[in-house]
Amino acid sequence: MAAPVPHPDKEPDAAPAASTRSAGRLLYLAGVILLCAWVLVPIYFLMINTLSAPETVNSFPKPFFPEFDLGSLQFFAGFAGMLAALKNSILVAALTMIMSIAIGSPAGYALSRFDFPGKELFRLLILLTRAFPLPLLALPLAVMFIQTGLDDTQFGLALVHTTLALPFAVLITFSLFSGIPIELEEAAWTLGCTRLTAFTKVVLPLILPGITASAIFAFVISWNEVFAAAVLTIENRTLTAFLLQSLDTPPLHLKFAGGFILVVPALIFIFAVRKYLFAMWGIANR
Amino acid sequence: MAEIQIKNVAKRFGAYQALHNINLTIADQEFMVLLGASGCGKTTLLRIICGLETATEGEVWIGGRRVDHLAPKDRGIAMVFQNYAVFPHLTVFENIGFGLRMQKLPDDEVKRRVERVAGLMHIEMLLKRYSGELSGGQRQRVAVARALAMEPDVILMDEPLSNLDALLRMEMRAELKGVLAESKTTAVYVTHDQVEAMSMADRISVMHQGKIVQAASPIEVYRNPAAEFVASFIGNPPMNFLQATSAGDGKWTVAGRVVDGPKGAGKPLQFAIRPEDMQPANEGLKARVRIVEPLGAHLLVTCDVDGAMFRAVLDSDMVVKPGEILTLAPQPDRVRWFDPETTLAVA
Repeated sequence: MAAPVPHPDKEPDAAPAASTRSAGRLLYLAGVILLCAWVLVPIYFLMINTLSAPETVNSFPKPFFPEFDLGSLQFFAGFAGMLAALKNSILVAALTMIMSIAIGSPAGYALSRFDFPGKELFRLLILLTRAFPLPLLALPLAVMFIQTGLDDTQFGLALVHTTLALPFAVLITFSLFSGIPIELEEAAWTLGCTRLTAFTKVVLPLILPGITASAIFAFVISWNEVFAAAVLTIENRTLTAFLLQSLDTPPLHLKFAGGFILVVPALIFIFAVRKYLFAMWGIANR
Repeated sequence: MAEIQIKNVAKRFGAYQALHNINLTIADQEFMVLLGASGCGKTTLLRIICGLETATEGEVWIGGRRVDHLAPKDRGIAMVFQNYAVFPHLTVFENIGFGLRMQKLPDDEVKRRVERVAGLMHIEMLLKRYSGELSGGQRQRVAVARALAMEPDVILMDEPLSNLDALLRMEMRAELKGVLAESKTTAVYVTHDQVEAMSMADRISVMHQGKIVQAASPIEVYRNPAAEFVASFIGNPPMNFLQATSAGDGKWTVAGRVVDGPKGAGKPLQFAIRPEDMQPANEGLKARVRIVEPLGAHLLVTCDVDGAMFRAVLDSDMVVKPGEILTLAPQPDRVRWFDPETTLAVA
């Protein structure tokens, strides 16, 4: 709202000011294009190679347009263990999604509605959980998992992924709950609701889209995670871990197809929930 | 039948004492207004009656039943919030019927009651709309209808008209008063607007710094303020105050003139008079006119009496110029006296 109002240019120096402005604009545009290309060009190449026949993928020069040949994808689907890995990925991501929302949204609600000592510190600590490099934790985790029998299980991996997704789940739901006026809940309490029924009848319907977004984000975090997956699973590898493991063995078109299958759902999901990810940092204009 | 009794209620937020030992009885079907400046504790008191806030000390009784340990839903109350709190995900019909659905009333009973209160508040044509499609005034009506639909013993209102524009506020004020009188519920109404309080209340509780300074009928509060705070808070412009020194038994010197006053007491008092209770006369207080504000219905004159600011409301036909000296005679039966030490009224 409070955008600076440009000074009305006086006649004599209007020309230099205008040229400075257009130069700045050009620089800005170039920056935008560069950043877009940085992200989009690799994805484009990934798509071309995925949708081309295996022979084309291995030949040179590369085509600039996809042939829409499903040969690579078919080969990918037929590769031993690939479908099982895909299934594992989906299962682990779904478990992560459920657990991070089940644990994260009550925390978000508490942060938004209650005052308790150490609240600010708690918010900071939530983010700090992301400050520990996973490789540091991987070995003790693996040992612990083996001791408890959680190693090489989808549930065990989902637990690790949940800890990764939890900070975001808490912060997103915190911002969602804060967007709901407390008076709506209070009104519900005076109209015959308990805290729980006020939540299910008033708050939940209002934040459901945001909760869905937060859930999808947790799904994507798990879907993309490779390190913990590679360390903690052997038989029940997720797709990322499986592809990492087989990076040096299979033909080129398999890697492209695998990469494509990994990237596309994440891209679509993140695109769908982008509005709520901004909300997490409090800059949404809902 | 629902009389509200507030017994020795106190509320502390940490070290801050929001309410000091409040005792108040609100009769069945009475319209009680809690009036005070922001931060005086009036909303806190309302929320304690409602159950949205718990008192640090004391008891709340509604209809002969102690309720301070009960959840809001079990107190037989309904509340209208300042920002309306109309549920955005429900239609107007479902908003009004929300509490009835929670009571699991049959559909036809819900429909009957919703339609009745919607008719009362003139919003029958809005029942299918969502809150986002309503104006502020319409939302306000929905909020009141939702509270009325509960057929509560007590209806609590927290500045319900403060978000409306002036014209709409005046219209809703009269309408609300009529609807509530007809519904025969006890009403507790919080406001900082003295005009709202004067026009709607059966009784006004004037609150200041977490205490009830005076609880009386609007005209009593206006005519016989129990304390200096009430005298200067109620009335626009507020009461005038002048220093008075004792001049023998029952005689007091005010701005160089001797007037009759309370008997006894040798210490100085405050002489107080409402701006409209003075007439220009041959004998009276000498007032140097500083500012003249013609307000249409009357003339507001700000003057200087004995070095103190003094306002008089005069007939709009009078010709008064700044710098002029007016002689103003206070209407004797409207003069009030206050003890400057206790700030309380002296009979």
